[in-house]
Amino acid sequence: MNLADKIFENPDRQATREGLGNAMLKLGQSNPKVWVVSAGLADSTRADKFAEKYPDRFVEVGIAEQNMIGMAAGAALGGKIPIATSFAVFLPGRCYDHIRQSIAYSNLNVKLVSTHAGITVGADGATHQMLEDVSMMRVLPNMRVVVPCDALEAEKAVLAAVEGQGPYYVRTGREKVPVLTTAESPFEIGKAELFREGKDVTIIANGIMVFEALKAARELEKQGIDAEVINCHTVKPLDEKAIVASVKKTGAVVTAEEHQKAGGLGAAVAELLSEKLPTPQIRVGVDDTFGESGPAPALMEKYGLTSKEIVKSVREVIKKK
Amino acid sequence: MDNTQLAVKAREIRKSIIRMLTRAGSGHTGGSLGMADVFTTLFFDTINMDSGDVTAKDRFIFSNGHICPVWYATLAEKGWIKKEELMTLRQLGSRLQGHPSRHDFPFAEISAGSLGQGFLAAVGLALAMKRDKSPYKVYASLGDGELDEGSIWEAAMAAGKYQLGNLIAFVDVNRQQQAGTTDQLMPLEPLAGKWAAFNWHVIEADGHDFSDIKKAFREAKQQKKPSVVLFKTHMGKGVPDWEDKYAWHGVSPTEQQAEYALKALEAPR
Repeated sequence: MNLADKIFENPDRQATREGLGNAMLKLGQSNPKVWVVSAGLADSTRADKFAEKYPDRFVEVGIAEQNMIGMAAGAALGGKIPIATSFAVFLPGRCYDHIRQSIAYSNLNVKLVSTHAGITVGADGATHQMLEDVSMMRVLPNMRVVVPCDALEAEKAVLAAVEGQGPYYVRTGREKVPVLTTAESPFEIGKAELFREGKDVTIIANGIMVFEALKAARELEKQGIDAEVINCHTVKPLDEKAIVASVKKTGAVVTAEEHQKAGGLGAAVAELLSEKLPTPQIRVGVDDTFGESGPAPALMEKYGLTSKEIVKSVREVIKKK
Repeated sequence: MDNTQLAVKAREIRKSIIRMLTRAGSGHTGGSLGMADVFTTLFFDTINMDSGDVTAKDRFIFSNGHICPVWYATLAEKGWIKKEELMTLRQLGSRLQGHPSRHDFPFAEISAGSLGQGFLAAVGLALAMKRDKSPYKVYASLGDGELDEGSIWEAAMAAGKYQLGNLIAFVDVNRQQQAGTTDQLMPLEPLAGKWAAFNWHVIEADGHDFSDIKKAFREAKQQKKPSVVLFKTHMGKGVPDWEDKYAWHGVSPTEQQAEYALKALEAPR
């Protein structure tokens, strides 16, 4: 179902930020209105190639993320479609108020795309491991929030955000992760994708946790539990219909995200279900703590962002049915 | 427009400011009165803008949005909005929000209330217009207290880098802010030197002398670098007892104070 072959054996591995880089180059060619605004990290965000090819549509503000947002807002007033890019700790972390007033309240056509999100940024440590960005962006009126599961989906997400009108936040990471989807896999912002059908529990994941969810489902199958896996790349607007339909069938939910449990995908799902279809749920995510330096896989293990944790949560949640 | 006509307009704008703020029961009186002469000159003499589409030619971006009463009143004096609408300021359902809202008011290019933001957008807009080879200018309104915001200097640096000769920022240098004088809270001097160091063309002018205001804008329009006009003004200008008092930053007049102010504005000088 919309998935690449052999994702468990020998998957192609790419960081989701590469999807941003590819999208920017495609947009460079296809849409002269697209600008890229960078705050001193063009090599890391993959904006450097766009800068080389399209210098008249590239803006380098230096290490000044607030001004990146402000100038992007101004470029949008001038008819451009700016993509602002930086590490997630700085974008949106550094510039919340600027995003709130100049982008979201003003409802301007600016696309915010972060890289280096989440704990898998690894050795740089907690200062650089942004785990709160989805919460911050999700509460802003007019803002859409997308967390792609692989590089191909990240590319599609950036292209779709540029196609759409108004503010979008797309979150990508630095760690190389399996490419799960194909160029042909359908993608639409606001529409969750069913990656595995099942009847006993619904696992709703986004970002790099989609692969962990699929691994968990495979393990659960061995244990006689039939899990449904939904790739919920768009946290806002949430695909309420797909989630409610699945949960009505399974009667139990586990959410999984590389983010704080507070305010992210799991919280969005809990808010929805508490009003529309109260259902036992366990959230897999970082539990109200900062990260630390270390290799990405070890950090995922230590902070509970693994298929193992999802399996454990599923076994627990189905007991509450 | 000649200076006598401008003076008449400015007086009407000040009266509107008093009336609308008194009706609203809250708002920023001192800065609005203080910038009336500059806004009158900008909108009746300098800026090339039509009411139908304010994005078609020269552009106006608010950064110190809290003094929006002077702008609303100026637009009403131009006949771009109705004078009666001024009396809806800050009321439920009004287009005239307490701080300018792009969502509600088509003349507002960007929402501005949180300081240190609109100016950044003006820089981005000026860069877009420069790259599009637009012959028009971007005018950005700033307050001196607002210059405490670090983001202003991020954008000032970028405007210098991109040589935005189409950008004209003007600052209300009244030396007052909400909780005290700028000298008490965060001294700004040498202010002209700061902007010059950021590669701007700096002009200092008397913000209550129409000839000086016109001359400053004329000079700014001819630069290859971004220009900033530092307008020396008096907060509360036009109402003698209120002038240069920071207490008038963020409060509106009572009915009684309004009566006094309107009388003072009518007095021959």
